Amino acid sequence: MKQITDFTIVERKALGEAYFTLTLQHPQTLPPIEAGQFVEVEVRDCNDVLLRRPISIHDVDTEHNTLTLLIQIVGKGTRKLATLQVGDTLNLVYPLGHGFSLKGERPLLVGGGAGIAPLLHLAKCYNERGIRPTILLGGRTERLIPARDAFTPYGTLLLTTDDGSLGEKGMVTQHSRFNDNYDHICCCGPTPMMRAVGRHALQHDIPCELSLENMMACGIGACLCCVVKSDGGHLCVCKEGPVFEATKLTNWIDS
Amino acid sequence: MINLSTDIHKLHLKNPVMTASGTFGYGEEFADFFDVARLGGIMVKGTTGERRQGNDYPRMAETPAGMLNAVGLQNVGVANFCKEVYPRIQHLDTNIIVNVSGSSIEEYCSVAEQVNELERIPAIELNISCPNVKKGGMGFGTKPDMAAQVVEAVRKVYGKTLIVKLTPNVTDITEIARAVEAAGADSVSLINTLLGMAIDVERQRPCLSTVTGGLSGPCVKPVAVRCVWQVAHAVKIPVIGLGGISTAADALEFLMAGAKAVEVGTANFIDPAVTMKIVDGLEDYCQRHGIQDINEIIGII
Repeated sequence: MKQITDFTIVERKALGEAYFTLTLQHPQTLPPIEAGQFVEVEVRDCNDVLLRRPISIHDVDTEHNTLTLLIQIVGKGTRKLATLQVGDTLNLVYPLGHGFSLKGERPLLVGGGAGIAPLLHLAKCYNERGIRPTILLGGRTERLIPARDAFTPYGTLLLTTDDGSLGEKGMVTQHSRFNDNYDHICCCGPTPMMRAVGRHALQHDIPCELSLENMMACGIGACLCCVVKSDGGHLCVCKEGPVFEATKLTNWIDS
Repeated sequence: MINLSTDIHKLHLKNPVMTASGTFGYGEEFADFFDVARLGGIMVKGTTGERRQGNDYPRMAETPAGMLNAVGLQNVGVANFCKEVYPRIQHLDTNIIVNVSGSSIEEYCSVAEQVNELERIPAIELNISCPNVKKGGMGFGTKPDMAAQVVEAVRKVYGKTLIVKLTPNVTDITEIARAVEAAGADSVSLINTLLGMAIDVERQRPCLSTVTGGLSGPCVKPVAVRCVWQVAHAVKIPVIGLGGISTAADALEFLMAGAKAVEVGTANFIDPAVTMKIVDGLEDYCQRHGIQDINEIIGII
């Protein structure tokens, strides 16, 4: 059940210039949260910002009733969120959308940019099923792969950078272990990355889920602003997604 | 006991707060947040003769104190509405009003006729003001004779309360309001979105796939209050006010300007439970000002 509620910020970590994490605590038990679900964050006291900002859930700690959000500073809304401090309250509408299916015995999780965010909770969810996924993160350069150390306990971590400053040089699809024997792929990242990964999965008949991050207004399927042109027509990324099976997005992947 | 109920033609609203079409789905998306039966009414998604996919993404751009949208009437079509959606929502104890859209007079009439058969739909809101479709929509709402023609035609096939939604993108909105009143409208709702545009200067491209779109949100409120005030003085049929309402004080502005009820739109995206705060706020206001009946303040300006 979705709710509108205030959280208190209990931790704030800067991850270079472009990213930061906020850990938020709620006085009550959190509802069940699927990996890949997101929150709509209210941006207060900012004249230019009217709408909430959709942010994926990076981590969940049910023992302490905390959520962690990994946020990339991209515009005025996220810039304002970056000024929040420990002790401040943050109003969320959550949990929103449909998450990953957690299928596969040998899953590959691929992420880039802010798309890395949902993969941590996803890796932990796989761990709870006794599965250690392979986690492949890519970025233009070393400092643009945030929070990577958090992943190491939960799977085999592989890295690529366009400039070779970390991990293998090149794109995620060029990594030497990208073609290993995976039976499921989950990807969240920039559109070109998701299209490339989706295309690979379709070609090799590997079940694949892509988590899209279209611009949203409501986040609950009311405004129909965030649509993706799926093979069956326009679907709301917020409500029918953000996680979609690649087989439903073949036209989008090839567009 | 304060009376918040108002009447729009034959419709009885338990309070004057409704939700605007295209901002509230079919009400189902909001059921987690509050009891939607507490609303005065729900204007469900704009419904056309056939299923429509709407415009391409991007369809939305945030602007100062507002947003542009170019959804373009994506909807399941009237047949699917009647067959699939209506059975799911008909039990709701509030006024469920269907926003009827189309590209031709025949399409408007066909949708209205089919909705007329639905027992639990007491009214339609005829949308002659959508700025985001190539054919029809706002084209019908910007010329008094065209507006009158659509309303006359729909009036012949639709027997229940007929609300006509007006566009502010005209030289004189009262002219259109008078034309649709004379053609048989039972009520008018206003304003639909203002035609607007935004450009992403870094990419040197329009923000919307359609280039232009409809502006809504707090930034349009003063325009909307002005339109409502003008129309309320120009016609005898009840006026429903909308445009940028996000608080009880906003709603009160519209009521004082002459609206017998209001619709809340964009604010639903920011706070899905905002309408309940507005209903509670209206009651608080009445209490503070010693008002027994909300109708006492309607049209006092």
